[in-house]
Amino acid sequence: TYMPRPGDGAPRVVTLIPGDGIGPLVTGAVEQVMEAMHAPVSFEKYDVHGDMSVVPKEVIDSIRRNKICLKGGLKTPVGGGVSSLNVQLRKELDLFASLVHCFNLKGLPTRHENVDIVVIRENTEGEYAGLEHEVVPGVVESLKVITKFCSERIAKYAFEYAYLNNRKKVTAVHKANIMKLADGLFLESCREVAKKYPGIQFDEIIVDNCCMQLVSKPEQFDVMVTPNLYGNLVANTAAGIAGGNGVMPGGNVGQDHAIFEQGASAGNVGKQKMVDRKTANPVALLLSSSMMLRHLHFPSFADRLETAVKRVIEEGKYRTKDLGGTNTTQEVVDAVIAVIQD
Amino acid sequence: RFRSFSSGSTPITATLFPGDGIGPEIAVAVKKVFSTAEVPIEWEEHYVGETVDNRTNSFLTLESLESVRRNKVGLKGPMATPIGKGHRSLNLTLRKELGLYANVRPCYSLPGYKTRYDGVNLVTIRENTEGEYSGLEHQVVKGVVESIKIITRQASLRVAEYAFHYAVANGRKRVSAIHKANIMRKTDGLFLKCCREVAEKYPEIAYEEVIIDNCCMMLVKNPTLFDVLVMPNLYGDIISDLCAGLIGGLGLTPSCNIGEDGIALAEAVHGSAPDIAGKNLANPTALLLSGVSMLRHLEMNDKADQIHKAVLNTISEGKFLTGDLGGNASTTDFTKAVCNHL
Ligand SMILES: Nc1ncnc2c1ncn2[C@@H]1O[C@H](COP(=O)(O)OP(=O)(O)OP(=O)(O)O)[C@@H](O)[C@H]1O
Ligand SMILES: Nc1ncnc2c1ncn2[C@@H]1O[C@H](COP(=O)(O)OP(=O)(O)OP(=O)(O)O)[C@@H](O)[C@H]1O
Ligand SMILES: [Mg+2]
Ligand SMILES: [Mg+2]
Repeated sequence: TYMPRPGDGAPRVVTLIPGDGIGPLVTGAVEQVMEAMHAPVSFEKYDVHGDMSVVPKEVIDSIRRNKICLKGGLKTPVGGGVSSLNVQLRKELDLFASLVHCFNLKGLPTRHENVDIVVIRENTEGEYAGLEHEVVPGVVESLKVITKFCSERIAKYAFEYAYLNNRKKVTAVHKANIMKLADGLFLESCREVAKKYPGIQFDEIIVDNCCMQLVSKPEQFDVMVTPNLYGNLVANTAAGIAGGNGVMPGGNVGQDHAIFEQGASAGNVGKQKMVDRKTANPVALLLSSSMMLRHLHFPSFADRLETAVKRVIEEGKYRTKDLGGTNTTQEVVDAVIAVIQD
Repeated sequence: RFRSFSSGSTPITATLFPGDGIGPEIAVAVKKVFSTAEVPIEWEEHYVGETVDNRTNSFLTLESLESVRRNKVGLKGPMATPIGKGHRSLNLTLRKELGLYANVRPCYSLPGYKTRYDGVNLVTIRENTEGEYSGLEHQVVKGVVESIKIITRQASLRVAEYAFHYAVANGRKRVSAIHKANIMRKTDGLFLKCCREVAEKYPEIAYEEVIIDNCCMMLVKNPTLFDVLVMPNLYGDIISDLCAGLIGGLGLTPSCNIGEDGIALAEAVHGSAPDIAGKNLANPTALLLSGVSMLRHLEMNDKADQIHKAVLNTISEGKFLTGDLGGNASTTDFTKAVCNHL
C-alpha cells in the first residue's frame, strides 16, 4: 500500500494543451476519464496551435507554476518559417529527457512478442539544435551539437530510470564509427555513468544495426539511451513493432517540469479524415496520463487507469481503426470508464 | 589477372574484388554460378594489397581503381579495413575515388525463407557522398563538439535523378523521399526541393514525401506500402539496414553502388565475418544477388532472372541452407545446388 504524507490528497492543477487535429479528441478522453475516477487533478486549459510563431507566455507561465502539463500534438508546418512548437516547449522548459515506453499489450497480437523497451532520448541538442545556414547557393550546412553536459545528464537519467524501475540493461545507441567526435562524446559520457551502476548491464550498439536488430530480435533490448535524432527513429521503430503509435505512452521531463504526451509521434495530429470521423486512438494518451498520475504520487489512480485501459484492449471489443477495430474514440473511452466504475 | 570462362558474343569485362574474410569463398561461388549460367562476363580479379599504395593512400592500388574506371562495372566482396594509421578505409577510398554517389539496395522477401514480414519488395537509394558523413567535426570548447551535415543541390539532384531513372528502368511505380525537413528545414528542405524538381520530369512515377520517423513506423507496420525510397546519407544507412532486417539479415541483401560516368560497383552489404572465414560456411546469397544487380545494370536481364530464380529456388527448397539460415550446408553445397537449379 501507499502511505501518503498528510496533505498528499490535495488536488493538483495540470496545464492542458489540447492542441491540433486529433489532440482535443484524445485530451478530451483523458479529461473524461479523470472526472469519472474523481482523480485529484484539475486542468488549466490553453488554446495553442502549431501555426503560432511562439508558445504564448501565459502557457509557459502556467506550466512553470503547475510543473506538469498534458498535451495533444501541435502541427509542425514542413519547410515553413515557423519552428516546431513541440520542440520549443521542450527547449524553453529544458525538458531534456524524452521517454517512450514500447511494449506488447496483452490481447493485441503483433509480429513480435516480448517487446518491452523504454527509449530515453536526449531532447535539447544534437540534430535539433536548429543551427543551419546556406554557405553558398546550393550548399547548406546543419550543425549537430553534442555536449558533455547534456550527454552526461541524459545518461544519468537513463541509468537512474533503469535503477528505480528494476530494469537490467541500458543500451547506448550511436554512430561513433562515423561521427567520431560528436557521437564519441555521447558514448564516452554513457560509459562513465555506467561505471557508477554496477548492477545494471551496459551495452552499445550502432544505430543502423540497432534498427535491424529491432525488427529481428527486439526482445534483446531493455532501456535504450540515445542522442536526439536516433531516439526519434528508434522510438518510432520500437513503437511500430509493438503495436503502433496509437498505444505507446511517453513524456518529457526536466529538472523541474514534465510534459506528458503520446509517446511516439508526439507531434502527431492525424489526418483530417480521422479528425472528422473522431476515430483517434486514445490509448496512448490515457496510458501517458497514468504515467502522469504516478509522477504526481497518485499511484492507485494510476493503477486503476492503466488496468482499465489494458482490460479494454485485452477484451478486444472496443478498438479504433489503427488496431483493426471500427470504434470511435468515444466508444473506447466509454468502455474504459465502464471498467473503472465496475 | 584475367580468367575467361564465357561463351557467346563479345564478353564484357568486369572487375572483381573478392575481398577479405569470407570474401574469397563467396567470390568463388559467384564465379561458379556465373559460368554455369554462361554469363558473358570476363572477370578481372583484383586483390587488396598488403602495403599502402602511395598513389591512393590506401591498400587499394591505383591499378585496381583504374580497372573499375575502365570496365565501369564491378563486383566487390567485403573489405575489412586494417586498424592503424596512415591510410584510408578501403570502402571510403572506393567511394571517394570512383565518385560512388548512390547506394542501391533492393529488398524483397525471399519466398521460402520465412520472416515476420511478408511481401516486402522495395528499393532503398541512399545518397552516399555527403550529409552527416562529411567527416567535418571539431571541438568548439572542451565538452562541446559540433558535427557538420552538408547537403548540396548538386548531390541531391544527382541521387534524385538516379532514383527516378531506376524507377522507370525497373518498372517501379512510386518514389518516396525520406526526410526530416520539419526539423532540419534548410538541409533536408533542399534535399526535398531537389527531389520535387526531378519528380516533375517523371509524371508517370508517383512521388511522395515521408518524414523519417513516420517511415520507420510504416516500414515495421506495413512494409508493402513502399516501392522506391530515396534519402540522404545517414537516413539511408539506417533505413536500408532496417529493411535488411525485415527480410532476414545481411547474409541475404545485395547492393549496388552507382558512380560517376555510369560506374556500377555491386557489393554484398555484410562484413568480412572473420568468425566463419575459411571454413566453407558463408552464405554466398548476398554476393550472388549483388551479381544479379550488376547484370541488371548491364541490362542482361535474362541471365539476371535465371540466376535470381536459381538462388530463390535453392533457398525455398530448403535442402541446402547455410548456417545463418538455420541449415547446415557448406558454401560449396549451396553453390552446387544453385548450379543444379540452373
Ligand atoms: N492516437 C492515434 N490514433 C490513431 N492513429 C494514430 C494515432 N497517432 C498516430 N496515428 C497515425 O500514425 C501515423 C503517423 O503519424 P504522423 O503524425 O507521424 O503522420 P501524419 O500526420 O498522419 O502525416 P502523414 O500524412 O505523413 O502520414 C499517421 O497515419 C497517424 O494517423
Ligand atoms: N554471408 C554470410 N554468411 C553467413 N554468415 C554471415 C555472412 N555475413 C555475415 N555473417 C555473420 O554475421 C555476423 C556479422 O558479420 P559481419 O562480418 O557482417 O560484421 P562485422 O563483424 O561488423 O565485420 P566487418 O568489420 O568486416 O564489417 C557474423 O557473425 C558473421 O558470421
Ligand atoms: Mg549500415
Ligand atoms: Mg560490419
